Amino acid sequence: MKKLIIALMLFATPMISMGSSSAHLDSAGVDLGDKESLQRGFKYFVNYCLSCHSAKYQRFERTANDLGLTVEDVKQNLMFTADKIGSTMDIALKPKEATGYFGVTPPDLSVITRARGSDWVYTYLRSFYLDESKSTGVNNVIFPDVGMPHVLWELQGWQEARFKKNEHGQMEFEKFELVKAGSMSTEEFDGAIHDLVNFMTYLGDPSQMERKALGIKVILFLLVLFVLSYLLKKEYWKDIH
Amino acid sequence: MSFINWVDERFPATKVWNEHLAEYYAPKNFNFWYFFGSLAMLMLVNQILTGVWLAMSYKPDAGLAFGSVEFIMRDVEWGWLIRYMHSTGASAFFIVVYLHMYRGIMYGSYKGPRELLWIIGMIIYVAMMATAFMGYLLPWGQMSFWGAQVIVNLFSAVPFVGEELGIFIRGDFVISDATLNRFFSLHFLLPFVLAALVFVHIVALHKVGSNNPDGIEIKKNKDENGIPRDGIPFHPYYSVKDIMGVVGFLILFSLVLFFSPEMGGYFIEHPNFVPANPLQTPEHIAPVWYFTPYYAILRAIPSMMGSAFPGVVAMGAAIVMFFLLPWLDKSPVKSMRYKGPIQRVALGIFVVVFVILGVLGTLPSTPALTLLAQVCTFLYFAYFLLMPWYSKIDSTKPVPERLTK
Repeated sequence: MKKLIIALMLFATPMISMGSSSAHLDSAGVDLGDKESLQRGFKYFVNYCLSCHSAKYQRFERTANDLGLTVEDVKQNLMFTADKIGSTMDIALKPKEATGYFGVTPPDLSVITRARGSDWVYTYLRSFYLDESKSTGVNNVIFPDVGMPHVLWELQGWQEARFKKNEHGQMEFEKFELVKAGSMSTEEFDGAIHDLVNFMTYLGDPSQMERKALGIKVILFLLVLFVLSYLLKKEYWKDIH
Repeated sequence: MSFINWVDERFPATKVWNEHLAEYYAPKNFNFWYFFGSLAMLMLVNQILTGVWLAMSYKPDAGLAFGSVEFIMRDVEWGWLIRYMHSTGASAFFIVVYLHMYRGIMYGSYKGPRELLWIIGMIIYVAMMATAFMGYLLPWGQMSFWGAQVIVNLFSAVPFVGEELGIFIRGDFVISDATLNRFFSLHFLLPFVLAALVFVHIVALHKVGSNNPDGIEIKKNKDENGIPRDGIPFHPYYSVKDIMGVVGFLILFSLVLFFSPEMGGYFIEHPNFVPANPLQTPEHIAPVWYFTPYYAILRAIPSMMGSAFPGVVAMGAAIVMFFLLPWLDKSPVKSMRYKGPIQRVALGIFVVVFVILGVLGTLPSTPALTLLAQVCTFLYFAYFLLMPWYSKIDSTKPVPERLTK
């Protein structure tokens, strides 16, 4: 046990590939000031994510308030899994059932952008490609062999991935080719994923808008206080030579 | 005044105030580096206060801990602020303490008669590391779990008793709910031990008096009233100066706290947003930045006969070296201002090596990086172990009678 842990520690071998890859990540262009984007993202999140994944630390009411939505709006249009506005975003799917379907339990998404990074999630959601060898029929370029199916296929359509050999003789991702169009164009789909990831970035730390706004006030106050404390110090120290 | 007289007859209020503030004479030439002692105290108070409030909502239970932190972040009024003050405060505490220690090394503040003052300070540093280590387990994220796993396994590497020692620390065969419970208990206790140690540190300081950038004993030159000619009362002079330092520090602290509390994954590591999973080892385990120099030393030492114990010994020795400083430094002068080029270059190399080791400790090891870590480890120990020699042969500049600017 001891040796095993130390060996792991020393050589940090990627024994369990947690979807790591040195693949290039696209920028999600997170903008938490864009309330409309956050609202659209919330809608996508509830419709496409919140049946297999939970966001069990976040409450609907809090989200409505932060995103400038009314409680009625949210209750009527966005709450499929809970009936009380104060409830957290739980799901009906039991972890055991989920493991039966996907081979793994879909992770809770409350803080996923903080664990993975927003750009990673943005790139990941746009990187599913057809792969007949998988039970889901798809694979993912930046999370190889992921258990998640391509939930957003209706919007994106289906794409194939082209790989090429690099100078070391390894297969390297080159580009995607859309083989069947979805209901959205590529630009529209990228915009939708931007909205979704924007929302998930908010979800990771819902106080962050308030935090930054407060931070500016606190620092302005401290700057004034610094000038005063400097003048006070100068006044006391004027007779020290 | 009758009230204070009434108190003074029963408790030495005025006496304590005068001895430690109004009539405690500190050298008048304290510079920038002398802010960090008071800032370290500020951070200790910050950690204790925010910690007490966090404990009101935190649940030390392997099944609930991760969620209770998110509960604090989302549902507790101002919980996010208190939590970030605590997590940013931990790193800020180490930053100011490292700078405080560097100040002591630069101006020879560990040299007689301040050896014990330095030793008490080092005990504070070790107690801080223990507190921080146990605190990092509490959010119960992947790095909390695996970081604790790695560190506790260091104790398990001790020959003969290691296995038992590991079980004794964890209270279990693996890091588990039992470990989380005891770490929470000790993480709550140790800061009060720290506060007591800080009190002892200050008692020792006020016995021997503060050193200064010139490394001159101001008590050797007193006026007819027995007051050091180069001394000024701590209060009001340094109290108002420290207030300025505190406000300046709080501006920098707030920049991180409000705008980048994760500090790019250095203050709160990204994998710690995944709940602890004993079955899934993260790709790369790195301790928080304030431990990484020692972690790099640990990894630099090759294991012998399948035991990582030599690395553990080196890691411990790296910390013990600081304790020995008062006796390793044979220079006739205290301050770097009057020391010769050899000691200046040695200190410069040491600082660079310490920073490089800190960076290496955050990175996965590769053969080239391990070699670099080994070179740095060698230089780290050379700085201390060769000091008795190079500090003796180094030239010195004449030390003035009175303080300079």
